[in-house]
Order: sequence, then structure tokens, then C-alpha cells
Amino acid sequence: MSSITLCGDPVPDPETKNYHNPTARAAEPSLNTASSSPVIEVQDLGKRFGRVNAVDGIDFQVLQGSVTGLLGGNGAGKTTTIAMLLGLLLPSRGRIRVLGEDMLRHRYRVLDRLNFTSPYVDLPGRLSVAENLNVYGRLYGVPARRQCIAELAEELDFAPLLKRPYRTLSAGQKTRVAIAKALLNRPEVLFLDEPTASLDPDTADRMRHYLLDYRQRHATTLFMASHNMAEVERMCDRVILMREGRIVDQGSPVELIARYGQADLEAVFLTVARNGREAIRA
Amino acid sequence: MPDPVSSSLNRILAMLVRYTFLLRNSWPRLIELAYWPTMQMILWGFINQFLVQQSAWLAQAAGLFISAVLLWDVLFRGQLGVSIVFFEEMYSRNLGHLFVSPLRPWELIVSLLTISFIRTVIGVGAAALLAIVFYEYSIFDMGLSLVAFFANLLVMSWAIGLMVIAIVLRYGLGAEGLAWAVIFAVAPVSGIYYPVSVLPDWLQPVAWSLPSSHVFEGMRRVLIDGVFDWTLFRNAVALNVIYLAIGVATFLRVFHIARVKGLLLNAGD
Repeated sequence: MSSITLCGDPVPDPETKNYHNPTARAAEPSLNTASSSPVIEVQDLGKRFGRVNAVDGIDFQVLQGSVTGLLGGNGAGKTTTIAMLLGLLLPSRGRIRVLGEDMLRHRYRVLDRLNFTSPYVDLPGRLSVAENLNVYGRLYGVPARRQCIAELAEELDFAPLLKRPYRTLSAGQKTRVAIAKALLNRPEVLFLDEPTASLDPDTADRMRHYLLDYRQRHATTLFMASHNMAEVERMCDRVILMREGRIVDQGSPVELIARYGQADLEAVFLTVARNGREAIRA
Repeated sequence: MPDPVSSSLNRILAMLVRYTFLLRNSWPRLIELAYWPTMQMILWGFINQFLVQQSAWLAQAAGLFISAVLLWDVLFRGQLGVSIVFFEEMYSRNLGHLFVSPLRPWELIVSLLTISFIRTVIGVGAAALLAIVFYEYSIFDMGLSLVAFFANLLVMSWAIGLMVIAIVLRYGLGAEGLAWAVIFAVAPVSGIYYPVSVLPDWLQPVAWSLPSSHVFEGMRRVLIDGVFDWTLFRNAVALNVIYLAIGVATFLRVFHIARVKGLLLNAGD
């Protein structure tokens, strides 16, 4: 049984990993690798677009190695929040620290330790998959770039696509390549904006397994925005519920389900989306 | 801890590799680089041949129009080299990925200017070589003067290109037509094919405020009088310093605005 390495690191045999075994269940959030030190600290974060308060004074912390889900309906402020955390968007007020650095003043000190994927951004379609990953590998200063790309392609099962122009890939294939791009620099914090949007259930399930497995192996902190309740419930240690730019509630999926007296997180989400925090069962 | 200078150079190199892949993967784009300069050169070459037979003044400088059109294309292609390449990032909705990576805005600027230089040399260089074949006229006979003219026009094209991409980043791809249109606004007052003195008195100060006018006047001094005019050269350099500073400052300012308004995520929509 041969072992492979991921960008230089030994990892378990691919046959035993969830990603290569679609019938396996995702790792339970109880396999908690989170430590007590926060890698993301947000204080009084706000963003106004004209008269619209897209994000309105939110505070939260994300612990190292945790999987945190930002949950909310359309327009709740999830993507705006992630964009501010990454420095793509400047906040109107508040403070953001990622990996101990003030993102408003020193974001370039930590950008090579983060990465991100989102359905709202894309990779150049005229470049092949390998060329795209090569360019981003260079941008992040990844050593042994070719080996790293080959290993990720193997891990994420798109090695036969490496020479194909990116624009010719299906949505599922593009998502796998985008995730490979996001893992090239082996980020300490990985931001995922709707990571399985537009994927079929099988591919989405494979991605979830893969990401959880990756997090286990590298103690990577995952911060994801989603409105896929089942995904958040299965993947996240902690959930931050947003509505109209504000944090309505936060806690583990189990805590939230119990607090609102609902059967699952989807029911919690619907209750909060319609009634806000008043929906907490007395 | 990697050296910051070599890290920067590696990121600039990464962007150059990215643009080279783009050219390599599309032969129509490669051909297009040289196609328009060559067509312009052929057209103006015939006009030049005809006018030389009609005019004793033009006969003194047989390649005047060919030189003018080739240098004009340095300005035009140089500007397109900056703006079109940047638009590629917007077409592919790639800006979000780029600016979450450690790539600094100034590194993107340096890579855009470098690829603009490469594209211009390929496009105009091919047309200049074909001028030797078609008309037995070599613009390279101007020697170091040509380097001075080329450099000044390229820097002016960069300044305009940076302003164009700043406008498109701010107002979206609906404004991309500016990339083709803006440069033609300076063409009539740049004295490409005629001296600035031909222009009405009130328009001449406008012409002299452009580095390009000093370059084309300088070109005529070299081709007709056989003299390199240092005053014209110095004026062009001084104006270019101002233009390039304005171009860079405009882009960086708009980049900041783009971060305030969230345009980096939505660019391309």
C-alpha cells in the first residue's frame, strides 16, 4: 500500500480516506481539533453601502483548528463578512485580527498563510488547470510546486484534467480545482464561501469529506459561509447565525438545535430567518 | 523568512508567466499583436511612396510616415497592452483570487507594464521588420534616437493605460470601450503626421502638454534635419514623469475605492 504526500507532508493512504470512499460518512464535528487560541478576532465590525447596513456591528472569535460556519439567508451579510476578513472589502467600522495581525493595517503579513475559494470568483478560463495552479503556486511562493500540484490533483481526483482549459470543466470539476488552488499554500486559515454551491449531492459530499479530512491532518481552521444547513450541521463545530447584517445567535449545532427546540439546523435557520432571536423557546 | 525583494520578484514573475500562458494558448491573440501594426505600416507605406513622388520636402525623409505610424503604434499598443491584459482578469472574475493572494497592487502594475513592453516589442517589432522587406526602409537606422522615442511613447502609453483600467475598475466592463477610444483623443494633437505648428494657436499648448508631441517633433528633427533635439527629449521625459505618477496614483486610488465599494468581488459582472 503506497503512501502519498500532500505538498511535502505525509498523509494517509488515499484508499482509506473518506474522499475516495463516497459511502463513508463525514468525520463528526466531535473530532475536535480546535485549540483555545483565536485565529480570527472580530470586534464591532460594520459595513455600510450607502443607506444599507450590510453588516452591523458584529463580534466573534474563531478558534484555531475549528470549523466555523457563517449561516444566514440571502443578504444576511455572509459574503460581505468574509470579504472584509480577507481584506477584499474595507469595513466602515470595527476591527479584524487574523493570525494575530490587524487586517486593516498589515494584511500582507498574513495573506500567504490564508486562502479562499468562492463561487463568486473564478480562475482564468483560457489557462489550463495546471497553468492556473502553477501561477497561484508561484504567487504563494509554494516550494516544489509541480509535485504539490500533482499531489493535490491526485488527492482531489482531477489529475486527468490538468491539461484541460479551465473553462471546459464542469461545475464540480471547477470546484475541485478551486479547492486545490485554495490548498496550494497549505493555509492555516481557509475561507470557504458556499464551498459546495452548484455541486451535485455526490460531489458535494466528497468535498465535505475531503475538507474535514484535510482539517484533521493539518489542523487548518475552516471558516465557511453557507446556506446549506445539512452541510453546516455536519461540518461545523460552531455556527454563527446572521440575519440582516447582525449576529442573531451562535453556538454548536447541537446547542442551537436544543436552544430553539427544533429537529435540525434547517428548522433553526427557518425559525431565526423569520422571527429572529425572539424565536428561542422559553 | 524569504527575502521580501525576491518574493516580490517571484510574484511579478508569476503574473508574467500567467500572461505568457494566455498568449501561448491563443494563436489568434499572437497574430493580432502584429496584424494591426503591420496593416497600418503597409497602408502608410504606400501613402508615403506616393507623397514622396509629389513633394520635395517629403523626399528628404523617405520613411517619415512609416516611422510615424510605427511610433504611433507604440503608443496605441503599449496602452492596449496594459488595459486589455487587465481586462482579462475582469473577464475571468479573477481579481478576488489575485488580491487575496500576497500579490501587492504595485506588483500587478509592474507586471502589467512589463507585459505591455513585451507585447509592444512583438507587435511593432514585427511590423518594423516587415517595413524593411516591403519598402526597404528601416526605422532602426534612427539608432539610439529610436530607443529614446520608443521609451517615451511607451511610458506615456502606460500612464494612459493605468488611467483607463482605473476607470474600468471603478465603473465596470461597460466602460471597456475607453481602452480603444481614449488614445485616439490624443492622436490629432500629438503631431504624428504633421508638425504641431499646423494646429490652431489655441490648440498648440494642449499639444505641447503631451509627451507624444515632443516625441513626434523630435522624430521629424532626426529624419529631416539629422539632429537629435535634446530639449524636446527632456520635455517628453519630464512630462512622462508627471503622467506616469498620475497614472499610478489614479490606479492605486481607485483600487482603494474598489476595496471600499466591494468592486473586487463583483468585477466582471
